[in-house]
Amino acid sequence: MTEVFDIAVIGAGVMGATAALFLARGGMRVALIDRGGICQEASGVNAGTLTLHMTRAALIPHAMRGREMWLDAPNWLGMDVGARSAPGLSVAFTADERDMLEKRAAARREAGAPITLITAAQAAEIELGVNPTILAAAYCALDGHVTAYLTGRAYRQALTVAGVTLFEGEAAAGIARESGAWAVRVGAGCVRATRIVLAGGVWLEEMLSWLGLTVPIRCLINQLVVTERLGPVMRSVLGIANGLLSLKQFENGTVLIGGGWQGRGDVVRGGVEAIPDNLIGNVRLARHTVPALGKARIARIWLGLESETADAMPAIGPLPGVPDAFVVGCVHSGYTSGPFMGRLLADIVLGVAESPHAFNPARLLAAAGSSLQDSVA
Amino acid sequence: MTAKTDVVVLGAGPAGVGAAIAARRYGLSVIVMDEATEAGGQVYRAPAPGLPRDTAETRPGETLRATLAASGALCRLGEIVWSITPLADGAGFRVDSLGEAGPRMVEATRLILATGAQERVVPFPGWTLPGIIGLAGATILLKSQGMAPGTATLVAGTGPLLAAVAAGILKVGGHVAAVVDIASRADWLATLPALASRPALFGRGLGWHAKIRAAGVPLLFGHVIEKAEANGAKLEITLAPVDRTGRLQDGARRRMTVDSVAVGHGLVPASDAARLLRAASDYDQARGHWQPRTDAGFRASLPGLYVAGDGAGIAGADAAFLQGQIAGLSAAADHGCAVPAEEIAALRRSASRVGTVGTAMARLSVPRRGQIAAIAPETIVCRCEDVTRAEIDRAIGEGARDINQLKSWTRCGMGPCQGRVCGDIVGALVAAGTGRARAEVGVFTARTPLRPLPVEALTGVYEYADIRLPPAAPL
Ligand SMILES: Cc1cc2nc3c(=O)[nH]c(=O)nc-3n(C[C@H](O)[C@H](O)[C@H](O)COP(=O)(O)OP(=O)(O)OC[C@H]3O[C@@H](n4cnc5c(N)ncnc54)[C@H](O)[C@@H]3O)c2cc1C
Ligand SMILES: Cc1cc2nc3c(=O)[nH]c(=O)nc-3n(C[C@H](O)[C@H](O)[C@H](O)COP(=O)(O)OP(=O)(O)OC[C@H]3O[C@@H](n4cnc5c(N)ncnc54)[C@H](O)[C@@H]3O)c2cc1C
Repeated sequence: MTEVFDIAVIGAGVMGATAALFLARGGMRVALIDRGGICQEASGVNAGTLTLHMTRAALIPHAMRGREMWLDAPNWLGMDVGARSAPGLSVAFTADERDMLEKRAAARREAGAPITLITAAQAAEIELGVNPTILAAAYCALDGHVTAYLTGRAYRQALTVAGVTLFEGEAAAGIARESGAWAVRVGAGCVRATRIVLAGGVWLEEMLSWLGLTVPIRCLINQLVVTERLGPVMRSVLGIANGLLSLKQFENGTVLIGGGWQGRGDVVRGGVEAIPDNLIGNVRLARHTVPALGKARIARIWLGLESETADAMPAIGPLPGVPDAFVVGCVHSGYTSGPFMGRLLADIVLGVAESPHAFNPARLLAAAGSSLQDSVA
Repeated sequence: MTAKTDVVVLGAGPAGVGAAIAARRYGLSVIVMDEATEAGGQVYRAPAPGLPRDTAETRPGETLRATLAASGALCRLGEIVWSITPLADGAGFRVDSLGEAGPRMVEATRLILATGAQERVVPFPGWTLPGIIGLAGATILLKSQGMAPGTATLVAGTGPLLAAVAAGILKVGGHVAAVVDIASRADWLATLPALASRPALFGRGLGWHAKIRAAGVPLLFGHVIEKAEANGAKLEITLAPVDRTGRLQDGARRRMTVDSVAVGHGLVPASDAARLLRAASDYDQARGHWQPRTDAGFRASLPGLYVAGDGAGIAGADAAFLQGQIAGLSAAADHGCAVPAEEIAALRRSASRVGTVGTAMARLSVPRRGQIAAIAPETIVCRCEDVTRAEIDRAIGEGARDINQLKSWTRCGMGPCQGRVCGDIVGALVAAGTGRARAEVGVFTARTPLRPLPVEALTGVYEYADIRLPPAAPL
């Protein structure tokens, strides 16, 4: 392997894969390395909710643009990944929840999300399936969902067409600086490139440590539950005020129940197992919200890993003090905004955009008290 | 209040009963769980109420049930086990089940998996039509209901269940249109040494064959069902000769009209529970199936976990009973009981002796290369999600390299059976299409629930205030 790529992207989730795609379209020769297949981790197993009700207020403008990109996927990605627009409702069952709903809707509206408060009767008109005992709801027209498990298939095609060189099933084991270029160790050999992008999702902490950088990254173990196919029971994307439910029915009739209830697992072994009490809690909440779910049968429960920085804001941009090295990841509701954030990173590398201040990786290094190793820089 | 026990045995077939009585002999507290309402498993399945229980066929099962009842093991029957999770610090396992009493759970220091086998069917055009059932499925009908699958049944596939089912249908007064075996006479002759080591089993097999011949049922070796087509309530079947690799030959086709077909191509271990726990497993080239990795005492790769019987690798009912006892004794020994080494050694010798036939039958049933190649493009492979071979091949062509990637790309294996039925065939197709080994292509990841779980039964009657919500997500 004597070829020196213009850039090597390590990690082929939605962040790395989108960045690689737009870097190649921007004229670079790109290597994309993943230890598994394209988008088989968080980006292939997530709930695929395109919701502003659950997005951190500060990320709303980006999530709105990511959502538009998903809906437009046939045009820029080349394949329909099942992205559909649907009305989004967040409901309150108690007076406390109604207060919370009002506060949260106001904050998100200020950030640009077109969220309005509606009455229970209005909610029931939008969503026949919702429990009539709700007290109030927040409504957003810009919601929807994507079939996340199709992501990898779509990206693999697009990346191949764009001429990205794929290293699948190849774990990167370290990075070194050799004669003015980066050498990424994979298996017995290495991939050489002028620049690198680290896009390792929850594994970013390890990747950054290859460069001597210490950035603590928290790992969430999110549980999802899917039912067998059912006749139509709902048409919207439903959540509750405190953010612990996401509920939708796909075109094939299956209903996906999520909301960030936690399971067990770890970064090394992956998402391992559901905690039965959390499973029952999540399903009870779903059934309470859409009573018709009582008739469903659960087909499968799985878990995926999501990353979070200390201040819960993403890391997107150049790594300070390290030449030609970039990072993209730790985006909350990162699937929704993924295509936008990945393209943003590509634009930053290509020199046509700047890293937004709130996403600058330097702040995380400063917070963690990390110093740069001279050997690397 | 959490129920606790030394041992949970999952599965009340011969392996599970063997395990329970052995562990009980050393005084361990044992709970046996099975979704069936009576113990017995597949071979010794109890007849439905009202059917005779004192026949030559039912007696061994009655003996097995009596043995279990006398052992002092607690039985939780009629409950599906849907979740198994390791307790903190390797302290054992939490087993969640669902039955008429609603959801229940128990914590066990040790867990013995005796979950048996599941049937493999190599798909052909029309195999999902009504009236076509599995060979093993047909044994259930015959045993529990004393019923033939139809008025005229074609029996096809491979292995000992062919003759067993044909003879069983004749016995209940049904009509067998033909017995169609992909194996040649020469393939069967090769199993003779193994069969000869078990005169009783061999004798039973000869008895089935005598019955089939006496009824004048045509026996076709080296043949397969090329396709099945619906014609009103009838099925039009086309039979074709194959070569040794299972590839279709040009020779004359035969056509047959029946109203039911029982077809099957051997068994594979029901290993979802072991895979759920991420116990190490290996692809057994000779028997053509994945199986949990076990040591000589049937300990799996996780401390406190044991796997025995067909779930640990196909070896048949007699071997299952002995393997179960070995696993039960291993559990007792690991628990600190003084189990004489000779007791285990003697069982081990018997188990490997009686296991040779089951193993030979498993080998006979390994899907042949040409048989997999012959699956037509338009044939449905995943019957839950209607995924055809052509769709699978297209995804492989686009770059799907392993079975779980193929699953995301096509929905193959995502339906209610969670890939139990198609997994083995899909593995063979991905291996063939990518040129990779079965071990590299992998197995479908197993997930909770082990069986589809009715929401109503799981969630019960509750108020909103009863739901323990985690802290709110940050804004
Ligand atoms: C269960 C679940 C549900 C979710 N639901 C939603 C939702 O409804 N809406 C929403 O907007 N967001 C959701 N998210 C969040 C979203 O999925 C993630 O934010 C997003 O997918 C992260 O993308 P990523 O590319 O950063 O990481 P990943 O997709 O995890 O990609 C990281 C990649 O790096 C690779 N890698 C790691 N180490 C190495 C190495 N050493 N060498 C090579 N490759 C390596 C991995 O194999 C992986 O492919 C959910 C997350 C989970 C887990
Ligand atoms: C459908 C079928 C029919 C068969 N018929 C014959 C036959 O007629 N003659 C013959 O010689 N061999 C037959 N076999 C082969 C037979 O499986 C074995 O040789 C023998 O029964 C193995 O014994 P075992 O104890 O390992 O498993 P089994 O006897 O299969 O017992 C396993 C038990 O585990 C239970 N179980 C598994 N998972 C769960 C769960 N999640 N929750 C609750 N319970 C669970 C099952 O209900 C079952 O009762 C058949 C196999 C199958 C699959």
